[in-house]
Amino acid sequence: MTTAGDAIRAALPSSDEEPRVCPYLMAGFPEPEATVDLLLAAEAGGGAVIEVGIPHSDPLADGPTIQAAGRLALSRGMTSRLALAQVAQARSRGLRVPVVLMTYLNPVAQFGLEEFCRAAAAAGVDGVLVPDLPLEEMDGLGRAASRAGLALCTMVAPTTPEQRLALAAARASGFVYCVSRTGVTGAGEPTEGAGLLERVRALSDRPLVLGFGVRRRSQVVSLAGLADGVAVGSRIVEAAGGDAAAAAVRDVVAELCGR
Amino acid sequence: MNGPGRLIVTAPPPRGRYGEFGGSFVPETVVPALQELEAAAVEALSDPLFLAEFYGLEAGYAGRPTPLHHARRLSERAGRPVWLKREDLLHTGAHKLNNALGQLLLAKRMGKHRIVAETGAGQHGLATATACALLGMECVVYMGREDMRRQAVNVAKMELLGARVEPVGDPAATLKDATSEAIRYWVTNVRDTHYVIGSVVGPHPYPWLVRTLQSVIGSEARAQMLELAGRLPEVVVASVGGGSNAIGIFAAFLPDTEVQLLGVEAGGRGPQPGANGASLGLGTPGVLHGSRSYILQDPDGQVLPTHSISAGLDYPGVGPEHANLLATQRASYIALDDRQALEAFHLTTRLEGIIPALESSHAVAAALRLQAAGGPILVCLSGRGDKDLETVLGWESA
Repeated sequence: MTTAGDAIRAALPSSDEEPRVCPYLMAGFPEPEATVDLLLAAEAGGGAVIEVGIPHSDPLADGPTIQAAGRLALSRGMTSRLALAQVAQARSRGLRVPVVLMTYLNPVAQFGLEEFCRAAAAAGVDGVLVPDLPLEEMDGLGRAASRAGLALCTMVAPTTPEQRLALAAARASGFVYCVSRTGVTGAGEPTEGAGLLERVRALSDRPLVLGFGVRRRSQVVSLAGLADGVAVGSRIVEAAGGDAAAAAVRDVVAELCGR
Repeated sequence: MNGPGRLIVTAPPPRGRYGEFGGSFVPETVVPALQELEAAAVEALSDPLFLAEFYGLEAGYAGRPTPLHHARRLSERAGRPVWLKREDLLHTGAHKLNNALGQLLLAKRMGKHRIVAETGAGQHGLATATACALLGMECVVYMGREDMRRQAVNVAKMELLGARVEPVGDPAATLKDATSEAIRYWVTNVRDTHYVIGSVVGPHPYPWLVRTLQSVIGSEARAQMLELAGRLPEVVVASVGGGSNAIGIFAAFLPDTEVQLLGVEAGGRGPQPGANGASLGLGTPGVLHGSRSYILQDPDGQVLPTHSISAGLDYPGVGPEHANLLATQRASYIALDDRQALEAFHLTTRLEGIIPALESSHAVAAALRLQAAGGPILVCLSGRGDKDLETVLGWESA
């Protein structure tokens, strides 16, 4: 029998090789009609797990690139339901890699935790990560996710003390997202990533995904043996917002993967 | 009365909860800093030396106690006694300085040397920049572009005081956007920076901490009412954006169950979505800026734009304790619109010789709408209106 998180763990095996690339796309950016093609392009480029952002009006953990993408998506009519429909459509068009939704608590809470997790699982989503839901408040979402067969991913930061790292590792049925530095998504080097990864590794057998500030192939290579996955957001979103977006997203992911 | 009112120090509510509201919904990076802040605040608020320093600044620098004024001509108009708690006379022109001084003393004690704040009307930014100048701390203030335009004088003052004022967002950006950006700055610089939130909003422990620091208003006003009016007020009225002046004055009267508490939100241009700031009256429960409260949102959980003639009330959320006071019916809340606030602005100016802030004008407007018979009404005149002259004159020539 499969359990929540199996697909994610299988896609991010622990090894001494370089980490797998986990591209992030904002659902509905640059327009709702583009999202399914972009998800497939991210997979074609070599993405191991795709993170799909559901836009929110007040994304506290996001820097300028992802904020602007979310704002544009909302202005073009994106909703949580539409994002789930896009994932379902991408699945029907052959998307195979695990999908993890990243969004904020309020859109999920207004949807209803139970209903959100059920609908997400039905759409072919594998996991969910809510950056403004602290570990102490995860019971409700954790139960709803587990009932729906969704994996819960948790987030840790360089400021997280040891006992909270252990809690984050215990809570995660998917991956543990390690924030590479104090700050928001986008610009800024992931200066504190290696130290954090080592601290979490000592406490957890979950896959570790490093994110925030990763945008170059050399950074991916340098994390070999430390991280199991690297989340790349702003760089992919920039490609999604440019010309020939699907090809550009595929090429950026392939470049990061060293293909 | 002699010396400033005392703080009403309560234990922080467990997990920051006020009934079903409150909490702490923020990215992990700042969770440890919030826990550290709660512990430091609990410790400082029980330390006589910290309190002595705070009261010393409140008395000798900020100008506490602020007077309680029996507004005789407004009383005639209202048909019952109206008393104004004159927070407009506090240094920098509004109640915001109580919170800024307290939080800066706390930040210093915690070894943080840089301060970040958000501001709407500019009063909280001004108070924070002022306290930073006094205490020799570095100050960054985030402010929406729309607010920078309508509060240009406060921007100039903050810069004179040595603060860096960072414009936020598109030309329509206001307090909500400034708050989000201040939180992002804090997330990035959390190790050496303290975030001075300006109202009883945000993640725990802020609603509790800001309430505690603003409770000087209520403890003073309650003692002054007993001394000068010889009785407690029948109604206490205050404007509510995030709700810090209201919680500050309500706090002392919560145990006096015979005293009615009335909060006044921004009715703006009307009840349609995007045209007001009446989170309690027209919003639904949701999470914004780290706490669960009533917020103005669409069915998908996206926060709506807001409008008020008063920049300080132009906010789509409200403090979680207010949400709980509404749920438990200990306080009631109404919304009055731009025109009603403006009318009260003029009446207070002409009848009392006090130019009130547009925020406070909402509270005066509510007092004048209460039944024209009954016991005294205590109004929190939270700030002065100098900052609003351009808005008022512009509105009337439009």
